[in-house]
Amino acid sequence: MIDEDFVKSLLAGHDCIKVVHQDDCLTISCEPEYLPKICLHLRDEETFDLLVDLTAIDHGVEAEIRFSVVLHLYSLIHKSYLRIHANCLDNDCPLVPSVSSVFPAANWHERETFDMFGIKFSEHPNLKRILMWDDYPYFPLRKEFPLAGVEVPLPAADVSEVTGADVDPAPMMGGPFVSPGTGRMSNAEPRAKDESWSEDAEKPL
Amino acid sequence: MVSNEIGYNSKVEGEVIVTRADAVVNWIRKHSVWPMPMGLACCAIELMASAASRYDISRFGMEVMRFSPRQSDCMIVAGTVTYKMAEVVRRIYDQMGDPKWVVAMGACASTGGMYRSYAVMQGVDNVVPVDVYVSGCPPRPEALLDAMMKLQDKIGNESAIKNLSKKPENILAS
Ligand code: SF4
Repeated sequence: MIDEDFVKSLLAGHDCIKVVHQDDCLTISCEPEYLPKICLHLRDEETFDLLVDLTAIDHGVEAEIRFSVVLHLYSLIHKSYLRIHANCLDNDCPLVPSVSSVFPAANWHERETFDMFGIKFSEHPNLKRILMWDDYPYFPLRKEFPLAGVEVPLPAADVSEVTGADVDPAPMMGGPFVSPGTGRMSNAEPRAKDESWSEDAEKPL
Repeated sequence: MVSNEIGYNSKVEGEVIVTRADAVVNWIRKHSVWPMPMGLACCAIELMASAASRYDISRFGMEVMRFSPRQSDCMIVAGTVTYKMAEVVRRIYDQMGDPKWVVAMGACASTGGMYRSYAVMQGVDNVVPVDVYVSGCPPRPEALLDAMMKLQDKIGNESAIKNLSKKPENILAS
């Protein structure tokens, strides 16, 4: 059972853990350096042995703590989720110890988090980009990065030379393209959210 | 002999048919298109459906899907072309022997579709010359069949040596 006693005993064993109030499931936060130790404890002693997700949040360019790595664990015994926030102390080069030695499933998740947010995972067995190409210069899910992208050369110089193709910002034309989510299925095709503006016509104020 | 007989008559003309080389070569080509499925995303599922028994692309003489570019002459780009994949698409295109054609199947391959984002190339025509575009997300198999028939018409009307006289500098070195 995930109740107050459970939380109390967890906190008693680890004074690095803080409880964050969130409505949906038990959420704890800690400093990154304790993350592998806490994960090991949760896996072996508390039956949270399924890593459901590992990703990160960018709290914004101005935020005091800019990046948090977020893990979701699941216990098949408690039938309950547990969320861990590891708040990166350094905003410029965030560094978190890898938990891939505890949960092998974290390996690719950490690569994706590195690829999208530029958060480095120390002691990761193979920390390189997983979605974008290796020498892509940006981290696309950071808040300051525009959805449309930034002009950079195509990954293959010889293809670019022959075809003249480049990586260009995508024309948004009132996008992003999303499904309205409500209404009839027949009207649920993804479409531009706000067609009152485009690259050629400024967004009306 | 029936007097209103039309067409070829071997008794009159001997065993010879006179025609244009283009017509013969193109007639052969358009009825033996060997497509290569460049299945990159969800459209590839509809591509598979077109090849399966219900829609049966072999009715039009193009069922010989080949997964090797060396053995095929029509690349069907079915799916989302990311910038990372664009290089591969182009290299595979260059490995296909002439004459060759490209069909951009679906919104993504034609224009980037709904993916107006930093990772997706806005149309595969940025890296390879496209002959037929198919609209839809995904296009129904009938739409693909229609596109392939349009491609047949196109093959039938082009100069048979056109595709063979491509300038060599447009081909990648590797
Ligand atoms: S056009 Fe639609 S169905 Fe086809 S690959 Fe793109 S998103 Fe998928």
